[in-house]
Amino acid sequence: MIKNKSLVSITDFSREEILHVLDLAAQFESNPNQPILQGHIIASLFFEPSTRTRLSFETAMNRLGARVIGFSDPGVTSATKGETLKDTIKMVSNYADLIVMRHPLEGAARYASEQSRVPIVNAGDGANQHPSQTLLDMYSIRKTQGRLEDLKIAMVGDLKYGRTVHSLIQAMSDFNPTFYFVAPDELKMPNEYKQFLDERGIRYEEYTDMADVLPKADILYMTRVQKERFADLMEYERVKNTYVLHNAMLDDTKDNLKILHPLPRVGEISEDVDLNPKAYYFKQAENGMYTRMGIIAGILTGM
Amino acid sequence: MEKELKVSAIKNGTVIDHIPAENLFKVISILGLQNIPNQITFGTNLESQKLGRKSIIKVSDKFFEGDEINKIALVAPQAKLNIIKDYEVVEKRVVDVPEDIVGYVKCVNPKCVTNFQPITTRFRVIGKSPLQLRCHYCEKTTCENQMVII
Repeated sequence: MIKNKSLVSITDFSREEILHVLDLAAQFESNPNQPILQGHIIASLFFEPSTRTRLSFETAMNRLGARVIGFSDPGVTSATKGETLKDTIKMVSNYADLIVMRHPLEGAARYASEQSRVPIVNAGDGANQHPSQTLLDMYSIRKTQGRLEDLKIAMVGDLKYGRTVHSLIQAMSDFNPTFYFVAPDELKMPNEYKQFLDERGIRYEEYTDMADVLPKADILYMTRVQKERFADLMEYERVKNTYVLHNAMLDDTKDNLKILHPLPRVGEISEDVDLNPKAYYFKQAENGMYTRMGIIAGILTGM
Repeated sequence: MEKELKVSAIKNGTVIDHIPAENLFKVISILGLQNIPNQITFGTNLESQKLGRKSIIKVSDKFFEGDEINKIALVAPQAKLNIIKDYEVVEKRVVDVPEDIVGYVKCVNPKCVTNFQPITTRFRVIGKSPLQLRCHYCEKTTCENQMVII
């Protein structure tokens, strides 16, 4: 279904293709060692360091039996000599069957997909897109709730700059969600995304206090509120503790509530939440590996 | 009484009228008029009821293809074309904002790959009034008041 397709932006995949990847991920979770890509070579090009994403992708490649070439630090590549992205991609696409790339510049993966002979999987292009994160979020949502349709999803923290929440909104919009956006005024959901939801008739409500949404949410998607996003540091000091989740706050929440976070967390989920069965963020990260196996295997084998 | 022509008439060619005065040189640049050998006359800061101050360009022996002229819609949306043959207007045309903008607008996003690598910019027009262009690469929106012609 997705054979030889590039995955640059989550909107590159249709609803059916997304569901197909989630089905493949479920297969790999039930049996993680399936060396079906023996004889394949996959390039892992990290033009900026990202340890968690790279390890997740490369573990997925290895569990599928593929061999991996690439770099984890652009300092060791010809990019430092001034080689253009086009030349690097043209060269690598002569060697590998698939390229997974992360790049600090926005749009780099789209451009690479136009220059490459082989499919490109975007592992993050600046603040723009990170579609495998969106797919693993959806996998985690479907797995914990048994469905994707008709869920109440609360998003908390930096909704202005957080690319993961923006992509998740776009992808979930096919499944009739209700969104609760909880953010300080500085970091509210941008109008273009609210407009997107309005056009599709999708319900959303905006809050500044997390307590207002906790009792009604099925999914609590936490993100990091970064100090450097605030023009006024006094404002940051005033709001920072408002967006921290503590275990005691989960008392009156729904039984099916699960807490997601793209990680790394830096204080916005207190460690006393980790032992609560509603905490799901570490399992979510593990799901990332199965989801990436699904993406890679789907593109290379057409399964 | 006949109106006095501020820019002299041409025998054959194209007259582009109702260009906002401040965008005259952008129009010249977008159409690449600085690179063609044709005789070109222009006037600027002419009085205009519609625009306040307008510019006009007359290009001898040049007839623009459909899409070619639409490129100027970004900087001169009210421009009117008169096609002249033997001193007579034989056709009048207006410009229309194209669906895709390729190669002459800079992406407003300072982290867009097109601002660092030798890449032709590409935008999809997602709003016409005011203009909103969505970058094909970084997916960010460049608005009319942020638009820079390259």
